[in-house]
Amino acid sequence: MTAVTDTPQSPLPFQSRYRKTAGGRIFVWLRTNLFASIPSSIISVLLIFVLAKALISFLQWGFWNAIWILPSDQTGPCRAIRGIGACWAVVPEKYRFILFGTYPFDQQWRPALATLIFITLFFVSSRRNWWRRELVLVWAGALALIGLLMWGGIFGLSYVSQDRWGGLPVTLILATFGLAFGFPLGILVALGRRSKLPAIRSICVLYVELIRGVPLISLLFMASVMFPLFMPDGVNIDKLLRAQIAFILYAGAYLAEVIRGGLQAVPRGQHDAADALGLSYWKKNGLIILPQAIRHVIPPLVNTFIAFFKDTSLVLIIGIFDLLTTAKTSIIDPAWQSFSVEVYVFVGLIYFVFCYAMSRYSRQLEAQARSN
Amino acid sequence: MTISTPELPRRKRQRVSLSRQQVTGLIWQIVVVGIAVAAVAWLWSNALHNLSVRRISTGFAFLGREAGMPIDDTWIAYSPKNTYLRAFIVGVVNTLRVAAIGIVLATVLGTLIGIAKLSSNWLLSRLAAIYVEVLRDVPLLLQLLFWYVLMQGLPAARAAWKPIEGVFLSNRGLILPSIPIEEANLWVIAAAVAGLIALYLLRRRLIAQQMVDGRTRHVWPYALALAIGFPALVSLALGASWTITLPELRGFNFVGGLTLAPEYFALLIALVTYTSAFIAEIVRSGIQAVPRGQWDAAQALGLRRSFVLQRIVLPQALRVIIPPMTSQYLNLTKNSSLAVAVGYQDIVSIANTTLNQTGQAIEAIALIMLVFLTISLGISLFMNWYNARIALVER
Repeated sequence: MTAVTDTPQSPLPFQSRYRKTAGGRIFVWLRTNLFASIPSSIISVLLIFVLAKALISFLQWGFWNAIWILPSDQTGPCRAIRGIGACWAVVPEKYRFILFGTYPFDQQWRPALATLIFITLFFVSSRRNWWRRELVLVWAGALALIGLLMWGGIFGLSYVSQDRWGGLPVTLILATFGLAFGFPLGILVALGRRSKLPAIRSICVLYVELIRGVPLISLLFMASVMFPLFMPDGVNIDKLLRAQIAFILYAGAYLAEVIRGGLQAVPRGQHDAADALGLSYWKKNGLIILPQAIRHVIPPLVNTFIAFFKDTSLVLIIGIFDLLTTAKTSIIDPAWQSFSVEVYVFVGLIYFVFCYAMSRYSRQLEAQARSN
Repeated sequence: MTISTPELPRRKRQRVSLSRQQVTGLIWQIVVVGIAVAAVAWLWSNALHNLSVRRISTGFAFLGREAGMPIDDTWIAYSPKNTYLRAFIVGVVNTLRVAAIGIVLATVLGTLIGIAKLSSNWLLSRLAAIYVEVLRDVPLLLQLLFWYVLMQGLPAARAAWKPIEGVFLSNRGLILPSIPIEEANLWVIAAAVAGLIALYLLRRRLIAQQMVDGRTRHVWPYALALAIGFPALVSLALGASWTITLPELRGFNFVGGLTLAPEYFALLIALVTYTSAFIAEIVRSGIQAVPRGQWDAAQALGLRRSFVLQRIVLPQALRVIIPPMTSQYLNLTKNSSLAVAVGYQDIVSIANTTLNQTGQAIEAIALIMLVFLTISLGISLFMNWYNARIALVER
């Protein structure tokens, strides 16, 4: 089990001898990192062989034999190279639909701008030195602005109803609004679960365990099929909003568990000290306990955000046009039907960029927390 | 006398009176419970009204009716003429079979990748890290659709890929050699399980005896007898046949062998690879959580490396690993419901079809919830039991 050592090995006898020249340094690096022992060398050789083969066939498919641009809907050349080369031409052909769905074509600068506002908002909220109370106002303002852009209807913008929204903005809306409303809900439920009042505690436990015990899909089915049954006559809530409510409830339950972990990490003395100062329940939690609790759980919170962002793709199953649904729909077009792999790779890259940025950020925070 | 008598009622009054905090607490509880009950009652009355308007009768009577829904991929006998109840049971079995096999495979793959990530071999650890990063940062549903599209793009049955003799990969799925299971075979399997349980109990006793008198006792002769000898005897006595049937191509399809339908296979691959990325991270951090000094101390005692890993490092790592692993198993089980996106008929997919056919939305979704809550509870109970078993026993 030489594989389990994670600390650098003791210097091997050859290391000091070769360290003088650049070539020697490369040799030392290879010797320590790839060919340190016989099993390690065998693994390296095997991996290099497999990797080279895989990489060459991928490059052949994805680059050398690939077609990047084609005149609209004449996919003959792409069909000819099916299986041998990728047909990336499907991306420039369909990207507007994949990114923005059926939003009126000449108005698509609006969802594009909304997406930009979202990204700026995430960036601003990620900076530690901008974490203060005003950030809540910034969020409220930005979300209102996004609503204004997407719906329109005033300031000379034409009205676009939400069943024409689609693509990336819908994914971002579901994720962001889900978190923005799920977070306060999660805080309340986490506090309720640790409360001394038995009735409140049991309601919170029931809510969290019920939501976490069932798959998200069944919640979405509930939102799309059962929700109308539970409403009085004449109340007809839009499908996107229903899914949004399901997401808020879902996020609330998962975030509550993360926040509860943070609450448990706050020492008992902090409660006692706050009580001794005569602070009320809400002041004690709002000013003393929660700020410390949330600071403890920022990395797992970001991980929950990532999971949540990915989970929004499940709305495909109830037919809401998020990024994954528009991607899947874009290849229904018979001319492009057989190039779904290319489209999935493109959309996968978009998801990857968002999630990777978040996971890098989470690791950075963890490193900072460790060094403090 | 005259002083002590008036004190009694006062003390009594003190005991009944509530502090201000308790009063506010009580009021809060009454308000919250009141709101919750009112909301549920309101939703329920709306539902009853809507159902009566739509002429949908509530209750589970529909389970006895004929389902009329075809299910392609089943492990238990089923035809569209069977009842909805039967269809639901088929769905539960389908969910369990993808979840159980997925959990086993994901654990194995994830552990290997987690260890690979800690390897001193730069290339191996880098590749493991890339694997984890890519799979974790792309939605599972997208990966599932991707695998499914790849399956569909495989050659037709006639031109199936044949990596080794008897294994075919085509757009009909993965076809493997199989052993036909008859009653005699089942008895042999039961004998093997019984033998293993007996062996486990015996081993515990032997170790306990060894603890008392310090004499070494060998387990392997018993292992040979109980785990191999006993089932072999049963097999001979009942005349069970263990011939392997190889699938072969006849016309447009395969005959014989075990078929993993493309839907099932795509779902299994997606679940296993996706979950293995998370398990790899859990295993890695679990092993890293064991202090380096434990390795050093064990080596200083002159213990073998494999012994150190088995008896010293892994038991300590497991304590860190088990709780997050439990939630990954639960996630995998819940994620298996994405089957509906590729048309593998698990419980959610069957409940959804039922819902569309009968309109029994509340009952169908209640059944989904019941099934998943039961499975979740089962996994949690098992993992809690296991966790308690390996927990640190302090003096």
